[in-house]
Amino acid sequence: MTIVFALFLLTLLVVTALAIVRTKNLFVATMLLSIFSLLMAVNFFILDAADVALTEAAVGAGVTTVIFLSALRLTSQFERGTLASSRWIAVIVVVITTVLLIIGTINTPNLGDPNAPVHQHVAPFYLENTEALMGFPNVVTAVLSSFRGYDTLGEVFVVFIAAVGVMFILDARQGTGPEYELPVDKGLKHHLIPRAVGGLLIPFMLLFGLYVQFHGEYGPGGGFQAGAIVATAFILYAILEGERTALKAFSRNAQMALIIGGSTLYGAVGVVCMLKGGTFLDYSVLMEDPVIARQVGIIIIELGVGMAVCGALLSIFHSFAARKPVEHAK
Amino acid sequence: MIDVAIEWLGNTLLIVGAASVLIGGIGVIRMPDLYSRMHASSLTDTMATLALFSGLMLHSGFTLATIKLMAIMAFLLLTGPTATYALANAAFRSGIQPPRSTNTNNEEKSAP
Repeated sequence: MTIVFALFLLTLLVVTALAIVRTKNLFVATMLLSIFSLLMAVNFFILDAADVALTEAAVGAGVTTVIFLSALRLTSQFERGTLASSRWIAVIVVVITTVLLIIGTINTPNLGDPNAPVHQHVAPFYLENTEALMGFPNVVTAVLSSFRGYDTLGEVFVVFIAAVGVMFILDARQGTGPEYELPVDKGLKHHLIPRAVGGLLIPFMLLFGLYVQFHGEYGPGGGFQAGAIVATAFILYAILEGERTALKAFSRNAQMALIIGGSTLYGAVGVVCMLKGGTFLDYSVLMEDPVIARQVGIIIIELGVGMAVCGALLSIFHSFAARKPVEHAK
Repeated sequence: MIDVAIEWLGNTLLIVGAASVLIGGIGVIRMPDLYSRMHASSLTDTMATLALFSGLMLHSGFTLATIKLMAIMAFLLLTGPTATYALANAAFRSGIQPPRSTNTNNEEKSAP
């Protein structure tokens, strides 16, 4: 039954991908991309990867769609045609990649095959030792924040660099003076229903974000998912109340502080571990009991991840939303 | 006896919900203009949510799952119609007018 459902979803995925490529209307493409991410999230869930599914649903289907829409507000709604000569190069590249991928699938082990190489290498060690070393059941969180802590630190820095890059490109001051000020907020002030419902939802979204943040050791979740969910709540506030009110409530400097603070917090935990006589990001030296020390270290670095992701997503959104749309000549 | 009755009530509700989703889907394809299509799709938001989740709750009995289903249902019942309203309002404000006559042969300009 699961196989049938998975096949159905994967077919829908291919259909959606083809529709994204075919459409010339970029708004339609954005909505289809959101559907694509949602289907992908369900697929991850069928594969028992609840942590990844949560991230894909929150970031792929939620925040990314809003960021794409606010980027489209600044550009054109329709795709420009491509040159006929470059199309042939694209076709050749696609054909070669497809052939290589199909050749690659021939030697791939079956789904869930216990003898697959990926289940023989380090995975048994993680599965057997998480409970003893960390004292909590979610192996994904253990791998992400402790066993492979260096990789996650790198990911946080990637998020940091992405946010800084977007700011460099979009936040360049166009000029000073009243004409460059943000317009007075209209927001959705005349829409009573979305504002009422949104006001009702935002506290619960924040609460859920905090739950996902601090429950990551026991259930699916952690810093990445929580950061995205909290960012979604603030983006919803910005959409409902308008850009100026949102920035007054949560300024650009505060967002920047979140990004820098989160990344620094993660790195600082590693440095403290070194000062206490361990290696970088070896949490076991933080306290007397190594199991509790690892838990404390993981909670702190997950908080750093959550802060960095939340701040980065918010600052990327505001970089787009705070810019005035350029009038396009028809 | 009562168990069987609850199970069949749950099954009936699930079938009603599935039928609403199907009717909504057919309506989105078959209806002539944006607003009547949205009217069809909003059936999925309200009727189907109510029926499907009530059916699932009857099946799960007095467990934690029922509370979770109830919370999800309340969330969907709040957000679904709001999204439909926001979409309809945005469409109207961007200049898409509902067709004035029910005669579909009558070609009317949709934009002012």
